[in-house]
Amino acid sequence: MAQETFQFFSLIEKMSAREVYGKKLAEIGKTNDRIVVLTADLMRSNKTGDFMKAHPDRFFNIGIAEQNMMGIAAGLALDGKLPFVSTMATFATMRACEQVRTDICYANLPVRIVATHGGLTTGAGPTHYGQEDLAIMRSLPNMTVIAPGDPNQIGKVVEASIEWEGPMYIRIGRGGEPVVYKEDYTYEIGKSITVREGDHITLIATGSIVFYAVAAAEMLAAEGIRARVIDMHTIKPLDRQAVIKAAKETGAIVTAEDHNIYGGLGSAVAEVLAEEGLACKFRRLGIPDLFAGYGEPEYLYHLYGYDAEGICSAAKALL
Amino acid sequence: MVDQSTVERLKDLACEARKNILRLCHKGATHIGGDLSMADMMTVLYQYGMKYDPKRPDWEERDRFILSKGHGAGCLYVTLAMAGYFSMDEVLAKYREPGSPFGEHPSSEVPGVEISTGSLGHGLSVSVGLALAARLDGRGNRVFTLMGDGETQEGSVWEAAMAAAHYELGNLVAFVDRNRISLDGETEKLLRLEPYAEKWRAFGWNVVVIDGHDIEQIVAVFDNLPPVDSKKPTVVIGKTVKGKGVASMENDVNWHAGSIDADFLARSCAELDEARRRERGE
Repeated sequence: MAQETFQFFSLIEKMSAREVYGKKLAEIGKTNDRIVVLTADLMRSNKTGDFMKAHPDRFFNIGIAEQNMMGIAAGLALDGKLPFVSTMATFATMRACEQVRTDICYANLPVRIVATHGGLTTGAGPTHYGQEDLAIMRSLPNMTVIAPGDPNQIGKVVEASIEWEGPMYIRIGRGGEPVVYKEDYTYEIGKSITVREGDHITLIATGSIVFYAVAAAEMLAAEGIRARVIDMHTIKPLDRQAVIKAAKETGAIVTAEDHNIYGGLGSAVAEVLAEEGLACKFRRLGIPDLFAGYGEPEYLYHLYGYDAEGICSAAKALL
Repeated sequence: MVDQSTVERLKDLACEARKNILRLCHKGATHIGGDLSMADMMTVLYQYGMKYDPKRPDWEERDRFILSKGHGAGCLYVTLAMAGYFSMDEVLAKYREPGSPFGEHPSSEVPGVEISTGSLGHGLSVSVGLALAARLDGRGNRVFTLMGDGETQEGSVWEAAMAAAHYELGNLVAFVDRNRISLDGETEKLLRLEPYAEKWRAFGWNVVVIDGHDIEQIVAVFDNLPPVDSKKPTVVIGKTVKGKGVASMENDVNWHAGSIDADFLARSCAELDEARRRERGE
């Protein structure tokens, strides 16, 4: 029997992960003086102003110099600090990629890169889209890669990150993404959350697309298709068991992510299926390997086929 | 005034360091030209200027050193061995062996190496982070880094230079091995660095220009460093000669990197010993 594991909100309630992040940082900064916060002239965008006001000595606005910011974060972490570093996903992972790789990951330092405006959430065009970030970060040894499944989840991720070893890349959206989780729940890095049970097909989504996967499952339910929905908030290390279980129990998997079709969640899931020798109907949804145009996320997700409607029709086509 | 017996001791050590650098170059290829140009500044750093304890590599109050020009791994290994972190025999046995921590670029697996380096233009940013951490913790240690002059063609160096001045990091001291030659030739022909001291001054740094092979001048740098809690970072531009000490290697772009045979090693060591004897007036 399919059963709802979580109740979810509709588009009525939207939250900004950036707001949640900023408030959570300021809060835990009170009791943890190892925490330092860095931004590259994006404090007002990253919403780290609360931390700045509460702990000005531990807040560094580095200016528009992302490479330097990542190097400085490495130095601070090398000397015992726990840096939270924020800029937009595209700049964190590409402008400063080598510093992230060589200074932070190679040294296995506990730097938390909280990248905003992941995927197409800015709507501001390809220069500001973070559509390759998960693939790039996933290929860096020691790096943990996370895309929280709804705007509130970043609070839980920040809490969990305090005791997590090594570097982390945490990708959130622009803000104004719908809330998925109404009730409280246990969050564990590396352990996916089954948002909804089902045995006909599994929809595996990450980040801002989890909401649309849940909405797609609702649409499928209306047609008698019981879709399981998995919030794969941790892309690396991937919850392999959840993928294996989904393949064995439902026999069909659709992945959906706000990221290039190559190298992100879909690729990670495909790797598990191939390595486990599991025969399973499979389809990846995401940005179809192009530089996305301008538009609000809802418009673009629909255009590229990974909004609720797109996920729903891909699922039906697969079955 | 600089104590003359100290200077003589350091000159002996610098001569020994060069011979060790050549021994290592005989064991396997090193960036020999740059190793030799930075050897005097590295010797004074570790044998005179810096505060550290090789028996306690994690001692909190130690001065931090980041070799930003990671290509100078050979000189760094020699310097750390002579400082007591491990033996020179160990380096000579393990250098460039499969699975060894002693590779062509420094890895933090090597005792005394704070962070792995090799890609240019990274060390100054990391050093700024270390200097900020020391300030946050109220520690009195300094952070030293050594860059190659060619390395400062990287834009990230100037981002870090701005940040160090902005955060008033008087606890940060950057040395530049200004040997004027990078892999492909003269820095001034590839991408002009001059007016070099003026650049650093304009970026808000306390600038000291010295002969990077004059032990007395290098010692004087340490004797006259601004207080740790002062507000301007210091850059020491050491004018050096690539391949310094081995006449056939000096200022020769072909000796950026390479290895030497036993005969070359013997002749070069004899040349260094002879020069040191003449210097002493023997």
